[in-house]
Amino acid sequence: MTAADASNSGTTLIDALLSASAAGIIELLSPYPPGWGGALLVGLLHSIEIALGATCLGLLIGTGGAYGKLYGGPVVRDLLAVYTTIVRAVPELVLILLLYYAGTDLINQALTAMGYQRVDISGLAAGIAVLGFVQGAYSTEVIRGAILAIPQGQIEAARAYGMSPGLLLRRITLPAMLPFAIPGLANLWLIATKDTALLAVVGFYELALATRQAAGVTKAYFTFFFAAGVLYLLLSLFSNLIIGRIEAWSRRGMPSLKEAR
Amino acid sequence: MTGETAIINIVARTSLWLQPHRIVLILVALGLVLGATFFMRWDWLPQYYEMGLLGIWRSLWILAVTCVLGFLLAVPLGLAQATGSFWFAAPAKVFCTVIRGTPLLIQLWLLYYGLGSLFPQYPWIRESWMWPYLRQAWPYGVLALTLSFAGYEGEVMRGAFAGVPKGQLEAARAFGMTRWKTFRRIWLPQAFYRALPTLTGETVLQLKSTPLVATISVIDIFAVSSKVRQDTYLTYEPLLLLALIYMTITGILVFAFSRIEARIPNKIG
Repeated sequence: MTAADASNSGTTLIDALLSASAAGIIELLSPYPPGWGGALLVGLLHSIEIALGATCLGLLIGTGGAYGKLYGGPVVRDLLAVYTTIVRAVPELVLILLLYYAGTDLINQALTAMGYQRVDISGLAAGIAVLGFVQGAYSTEVIRGAILAIPQGQIEAARAYGMSPGLLLRRITLPAMLPFAIPGLANLWLIATKDTALLAVVGFYELALATRQAAGVTKAYFTFFFAAGVLYLLLSLFSNLIIGRIEAWSRRGMPSLKEAR
Repeated sequence: MTGETAIINIVARTSLWLQPHRIVLILVALGLVLGATFFMRWDWLPQYYEMGLLGIWRSLWILAVTCVLGFLLAVPLGLAQATGSFWFAAPAKVFCTVIRGTPLLIQLWLLYYGLGSLFPQYPWIRESWMWPYLRQAWPYGVLALTLSFAGYEGEVMRGAFAGVPKGQLEAARAFGMTRWKTFRRIWLPQAFYRALPTLTGETVLQLKSTPLVATISVIDIFAVSSKVRQDTYLTYEPLLLLALIYMTITGILVFAFSRIEARIPNKIG
């Protein structure tokens, strides 16, 4: 066999392998049952649900926490400082395990003490609660900083008009702090979407776990983890687009950042 | 004289800090700790003591190696984005976006399970000197954590390099420094000082990412605690101790970085 023949057969072999693997990849990733694309998309949907829920819960905790840190009594302030310090110093993975076991245990003990049956807590609710608790610590700091960045005169003016604290929060503090808080909160949203992957370690069905199952069954590890990476990346890039819109909206009526420079 | 005033200062500060409600809170915390010590099971500690120390050592070692290597990689990444031509800046930008846009867990699994399952197909890889290392888990963990740190820190270094005032670099050129010398003596140190506060945060974040390597069978402190939980069927004790260990390491890191920051001249720019 001459060298030309050898190289020729080599290229045909590579061609055959490439087309076969390309067809195989498309088959593996197709959204209908023999393929696993559908399972990945369901996993992505669960990830987004958990991230949305956790961010909303985190915002609620964060707003309350920031108010407590700024206007609360000394005990409230110290307890909140302990909360934010501990949550930010311990790895999310450890917190997720700890809160998941402790949370389900506490709820079940409370239920049995009150004479009810033990319940299985749904993965979605537990995931949202655990990640929301973690997000709350970070958003507390972000929102506290944003409230401090509001010119003090605006709040004083609102008080001078005789606004009640609730009205002050709704009409002045929240809208005025938004442009300062959006960059930090957007960062937290991106962290939340990525932290949902950690829930795979505890066994919640979301994108990372779906990918792991698909890869384990088909043995096409590289294909599936790569596909999952692309899905997460698309989610991040899409979020960035939306965040840009929201930031522009929250800064309406303010001088643009470029002119400020 | 100065010693006396220093002592008085410390006493005054402590008495200001130690208000009645804080004393109560500290007592409550002490009660919780004592309760945990006496009412929870800790008899497994002597058996897993050595394994735990080895696990802590491994976690710290992974943290140190990946932070140093990641920072070394972040400097060219930041430089390419701050000043490089399009052909240097675009790949660096894409790298940072991809690393920051995907979860570390997926990157880790892509490298370990994905690449790890592809390698054995190639005889020349199996015959090379790298093969004994490629069959173990830790090189993939170190690689993934290094790339992740480089991706996040590269973005920070871009801002730091761009933030050094032009006049400093022009002055260096006016002194007749070569480009390399300007970079080594002026640009890099000043950019590093600017990046240092964020470097503290990134290092703590990196510490909090190290337990992920336990998912690819590296035995770090997190994996040790998982083993204790499996062997003894205890849920809370190993996890609480683990949280305490991570909090201690975080505290030490933050303290060490604050000492380094205090040594740096703060009149830059």
